[in-house]
Amino acid sequence: MSTPVRPVLLLADVGVGDALPELAYPVTATTVVLGALAARDWRPMHHDKDFAVERNGTRDIFLNTPNQAAWFERFVTDWTGPFGRLRRMTFRMLGSVFPGDTMVLAGTVTGTGVDETGCGWAALDIVLAVGDETKTTCAAVVALPVAEDDNPWGRRGDRWTP
Amino acid sequence: MSAIGPGDIAGMIGVPQYVEEGSFPVERGYVWTTCSSVENGNPLFWDDEVAAQVTGGPVAPPTMISVWFRPHHWAPGRSEAALPLQIHFDLKEGLDLPEAVMSDNTIVFHEPVRPGDRLTTSQVLRSVSEPKTTRLGRGRFWVIDVEYRNQRGELAAVESYTGFGYRRDGGAS
Repeated sequence: MSTPVRPVLLLADVGVGDALPELAYPVTATTVVLGALAARDWRPMHHDKDFAVERNGTRDIFLNTPNQAAWFERFVTDWTGPFGRLRRMTFRMLGSVFPGDTMVLAGTVTGTGVDETGCGWAALDIVLAVGDETKTTCAAVVALPVAEDDNPWGRRGDRWTP
Repeated sequence: MSAIGPGDIAGMIGVPQYVEEGSFPVERGYVWTTCSSVENGNPLFWDDEVAAQVTGGPVAPPTMISVWFRPHHWAPGRSEAALPLQIHFDLKEGLDLPEAVMSDNTIVFHEPVRPGDRLTTSQVLRSVSEPKTTRLGRGRFWVIDVEYRNQRGELAAVESYTGFGYRRDGGAS
């Protein structure tokens, strides 16, 4: 018999203004190329430096958008654990992330609540920055268990209103 | 593409267009490669026992939704595929707005995507504004939804894009 999996973060553990654990990551050419190919994004500005410099006018290849979404998801679920279920994400790209950059993801809880179906949620503002320059902003809402025996992933149809 | 005029817009609102099936079923290899690329250790994607208990079996990371629709770099006998967000390009051409920018991109996640799923996508024009002048030029804002459904017709996700098509010289049809 397997050990039951328990939530690591409940809605009651979360308050407005809480900071998520910061994530710093040194980006390399491998980070960019692996991320682009994982997302099936074959466009050359994500693997060919000459193309990126000469055609895009950037200083190097740069992280693609779908892979940044994957970074944001990882950042959120590192905090929530596996019971956290994303409801929605809004991105705004402001600048590019290049090999040699150390990107830092930081996030804050901006709201919490329980929707009309009883699903708990937390709203987050997340910033991906390099140095003092914001590269991407992301507003996310993630569902969280309201009790030890609650599981947002069990919600379907009318009980899931993201 | 099609010659869309201002009078055609009302008939396009809310009508799914460019329905397309992903060229391969959702599979775990890409899930693991994606998780590896961002060092995502969420046990939902690595531990089948956790996935069985929490999500009723393996699922794909929700943010991978668009991955399942990017065409192969090459495929035998392939004809030209529709561009992602083809409606955006149709509007630019039809309304004679040569420049365009995309602003916010929102993804709303619905039914979990699972290995073996065959997903279908369609594009739906939600709104087109009256002509407006911004610091970029004169043009129109539009909102396009990309809907993703699984093989049972269940909604898996909706991506919403807001675009602004414009002319630098000030005219807008």
